[in-house]
Amino acid sequence: MSPSFDQAALAALVEVALAAADGAPTLAELNEIASGLKAKDAPLVLIRRSLGQIDDLEERKVVGQQVSSAFDALGRAIDDRRTSLEAEARIARLEADRLDLTEVILADVTVPLRRGHTHLVTQTRAALEEVFIAMGFEVAEGPEVETDWYNFEALNIPPGHPARDMYDTMYLELGTPETVLLRTHTSPTQIHLLEKAVAEGSLPVHAVMPGRCYRLDTPDARHLPVFHQIEGLVVDRDVTFGDLAGVIETFTAAYFGSDIHARLRPAYFPFTEPSAEFEITCTICRGDGCRTCSRTGWIELGGCGMVDPAVFEAVGVDPTIWSGFAFGFGIDRCAQMRHGIADMRALIENDLRFVRQF
Amino acid sequence: MRAPLSWLRDFASFPEDVGLLRETLDDLGLVVEDVEIVGEGLDDVVVARIDEISAIEGADRVRRVVVDAGAGPVEIVCGATNFALGDLVPLAPVGAILPGGFEIARRKMRGVVSNGMLCSGRELELGDDHEGLLLLTETPGAIPGAALVEVLGIERDVIFDVTVEGNRPDAWCISGIARDLAARLGLEFSVPTSPSPTERGPDASTSVTAEVVDADLCGRLAVSVLTDVTVTDSPPWIQERLRRAGMRPINNVVDASNYVMLELGQPTHPYDLEKVHGPGLRVRRARPGESLITLDGVTRELGKAGRGLGDTGEDCVICDADDVVIGIAGIMGGGTSEISGATTSVLLEAASFDPIAITRTSRRLALRTEAAARFSKGSDPAILEEAIERFAALVALSAPKVVVAASPVIVPSAGIERDRLALSIERVNATLGTELDAVAIGSLLTPLGFDVVDEGAGSLTIGIPMNRPDIRRTHHGAADLIEEIARIYGYSRIPRRAMAWPAPGRPSDRQRLRAALRDVLCGLGASEAWTPSLVAPGDLALLGRDEPEIVVTNPLTHDESRLRRSLLPGLVRAIGYNVDRRQEDLALFEIGAVFVHPDVDREGRSARAGSAGGSEVLLPKEPEMAVAIFARASDDARTALGAAHAVADALGLVDLRLDASSPVPGLHPTRSAILVDRTTGARLGQVGEVDPGLVEVLASGAGERRLGYVELDLDVLADASRATRRDPAARPVSRFPSSDFDLAFVLADGVQADRLLDVVGEAAGDLLEDIRLFDVYRGPGLPEASRSLAVRVRLCAEDRTLSEDELGQARSAMIEAAGAINAALR
Repeated sequence: MSPSFDQAALAALVEVALAAADGAPTLAELNEIASGLKAKDAPLVLIRRSLGQIDDLEERKVVGQQVSSAFDALGRAIDDRRTSLEAEARIARLEADRLDLTEVILADVTVPLRRGHTHLVTQTRAALEEVFIAMGFEVAEGPEVETDWYNFEALNIPPGHPARDMYDTMYLELGTPETVLLRTHTSPTQIHLLEKAVAEGSLPVHAVMPGRCYRLDTPDARHLPVFHQIEGLVVDRDVTFGDLAGVIETFTAAYFGSDIHARLRPAYFPFTEPSAEFEITCTICRGDGCRTCSRTGWIELGGCGMVDPAVFEAVGVDPTIWSGFAFGFGIDRCAQMRHGIADMRALIENDLRFVRQF
Repeated sequence: MRAPLSWLRDFASFPEDVGLLRETLDDLGLVVEDVEIVGEGLDDVVVARIDEISAIEGADRVRRVVVDAGAGPVEIVCGATNFALGDLVPLAPVGAILPGGFEIARRKMRGVVSNGMLCSGRELELGDDHEGLLLLTETPGAIPGAALVEVLGIERDVIFDVTVEGNRPDAWCISGIARDLAARLGLEFSVPTSPSPTERGPDASTSVTAEVVDADLCGRLAVSVLTDVTVTDSPPWIQERLRRAGMRPINNVVDASNYVMLELGQPTHPYDLEKVHGPGLRVRRARPGESLITLDGVTRELGKAGRGLGDTGEDCVICDADDVVIGIAGIMGGGTSEISGATTSVLLEAASFDPIAITRTSRRLALRTEAAARFSKGSDPAILEEAIERFAALVALSAPKVVVAASPVIVPSAGIERDRLALSIERVNATLGTELDAVAIGSLLTPLGFDVVDEGAGSLTIGIPMNRPDIRRTHHGAADLIEEIARIYGYSRIPRRAMAWPAPGRPSDRQRLRAALRDVLCGLGASEAWTPSLVAPGDLALLGRDEPEIVVTNPLTHDESRLRRSLLPGLVRAIGYNVDRRQEDLALFEIGAVFVHPDVDREGRSARAGSAGGSEVLLPKEPEMAVAIFARASDDARTALGAAHAVADALGLVDLRLDASSPVPGLHPTRSAILVDRTTGARLGQVGEVDPGLVEVLASGAGERRLGYVELDLDVLADASRATRRDPAARPVSRFPSSDFDLAFVLADGVQADRLLDVVGEAAGDLLEDIRLFDVYRGPGLPEASRSLAVRVRLCAEDRTLSEDELGQARSAMIEAAGAINAALR
């Protein structure tokens, strides 16, 4: 015959332990209670150990469950108490730490004498802007979240157009599906700029538009899903492809140096016609041919072309009076080329050993 | 696309000069990504017979082999084992240079001299097989000493890997590339004629039907019939061309279809005629609920609108005459009517489909095939008959008994006419900056297949070839024609003009603001970071903000599926990254946009969206923020406050005040404050320390460090109506001496010290030159919950030395004013 199990004793034990946990005044005491409950000679532990002596299997099962739920309840109680004690301790700590910022005596605040560095992308962007400003451009900016109208349709890429597949677009859960997106290029800023110029009657426009863009591109040595572009737009009277080529060449020499040349070759962008890809003399081998330029002596920098009449139509610019060109290229890529950065991902690591080199 | 020079030469007599061809293709916008030389390095390789095989003592991986390559025994050490005495294998003798530049030298291994190398298929770049030697025993014409290239019939060739732009479907084939190249090089271009099959059957219309139900999805359909077909291998030269172009030979019927697509750009679809009910084809929209098991064994749901913008769910399908779907038009056929070895009659479909419809279906089903890629860019409706003829001729080469329908069924039966566009010569020159005349323009466009008629008075009429869907048939088409003129003329020949316009360039106000901020923050030792704009879910909750997140529908990874609401988490992580790498003097800042869900701030931007920009959508606000975190040993909230003041000074903000009345989310609850403009009440930013609990989560390595934090809202700083600026008018500096005096006040803890300074300073009126706090004391001698604040005041007048009397009055006024906020002089 097995010793009959004392239910009331178990309940009383649990009640006492729970009260002790709830009432623990400090974390240290709570920890002591917690470890006491698990000690070899703790009453609950003894009960659990004596379970084997219950012969009746059914009873053993029932009592076993009661004991384990008692342990669970105690564990929860201890955790709850710990959370609240820790919160109290945190509040006390923070309170003891109080600093009235209005009482700070600024003359006493010192900083180490070591100058910080701006990000390489910032420096590159500033250098590019400087060249374009000197060439007579203004600098304009646009938002990073755009609609499909600005990013695509006004740029002559209507819904369903195969060219939309050229841009690996990230869409946002806003509005109807695929209408709100992260801009895939800085070109939508052209549309904002032209809309404004038409509304205000302030054409011509000569502007560059730097900014952050997004594409669904797995990061690798040459691509980042978040990257920076700079876009240029000139809309004026009597603007020709010859002007576009001239501006590209002037810029290339001014930014990369007079021994670096630009050339244009036909390409396709829905928002320009004629369109061109522009290449510059390889900055690594200076045109002799190397691995970077696949032994051609040239590297691709960006795209450009004469503004497509469909874009003018979308924003209401009269193409019988105005003509224009646009161009765009990667800022990060310029930085990569100029500084020989093997892996673009160095730009987003924020490792001070990298940042402080520039 | 891979374009072998030998194939291009079927169309024009191109020169051998690979460099010139590559340059010309590049200059035409047919960018050559790579040039591959086929058959290079095989000239010295000969056929050799295995005459002796023996083991080498002490070597278990190689054996001694004696071969005869027509000039007596040659001793070789060889590692392969897949051959026996009498087998014929390729031998690269000493001095031979294999593909890839490896030169064979005489070598001695284990005391045995090896006088050359026996080669595998892969070593000769003739295949992927590297398991053993390339066996030539069964190859006709292989005798010891014969040149390998002759035995295998390998012709030297150059393959250009050309990227064709999305608007040039006409150039996405051998004939198209050849046409462009010939036009630029001034060579005559002609399509090769293949001998047609001799056996002609009755018109296809006597045995099959063809119907286009939805003409908007399929502009033209041609169906032909080939009977007495034997399905077998294609002739070796066809197989070789397909391989060189990057396709795998299958059988003569499938190969002919692929060959035609590569050569003419027109995909065709051969069906096993016996498995097509009717027999006949119907082209129509899929009905909702229809489905098809495609060739790849996947069941495709059709006629169901997808999530994509403008995806109407319309799919163009090919049905048999019983109206059962047997193929997804222009993308992939169904399994049931596939060509097999048992096929004896072929129904051939050649069609022109709506590119938008093909794009739509291909996108939604994620089914991207060669045919779909081509049709989605537009195709040539006039080439269908030629494609069918070419297909039949190619099949006949290996199935000489084939009988081809005398003529295909064409729907619609009416002929097609090319469109014509007017082009003004003046517009051409005004766009390009050139001086081309009608003759010059004609000579540039005609070789591409355009016909050019000079209407006089500077006006041309241009007939557009049917293979140019990229030339818009609207008033915008002129721009497309001008691009063609420029392309063939050569972009590099267009005269450059250095442009100049009267308006000066200048940086924007925002750029100046950012530059000033960067200057101050760098001066304080902070370096600039670029942290992710795309963050993990939960960053917002970490900051204790109960707001909806802006979710990316199709993120790269789950951890980059939200737009950031604050720069704080990213920058703290960047601090942690550098702490873990034991970087000293750690201080970082970032300037960038954060994104506020339009449900949180309904006064966001509203913009045109959707088809034709016909709807309006509310977009997130994108405030531009600057955040600096100072994490050096000596840094804390005080550093951050100093930085805030330095920025304010640099920007000329004169009314910077603190509001510590409520905790700032993400910051230390008792060591932070909101930065406000005293005059306008506008919130400029916040300052303090990062909540230590948050530091533990985001940068556990930072341990007990205090992270001084300052955040500024650039949109507010840039707005003069919210951020009060210094009066730009100069104020003369007084030539009279100034007087200082110190006042110590006892003030309850509940009142901010800057309030006292404001009140006291205002009481001094115009005489105030400077006021500053120089000591704070708490402790014995003072009432509970109060402190003594010692203030140094400097008074000065512009036009006189202040008298004792004036100073006394000012002092009294200041004490009285302090009294009004219950600050008692100590």
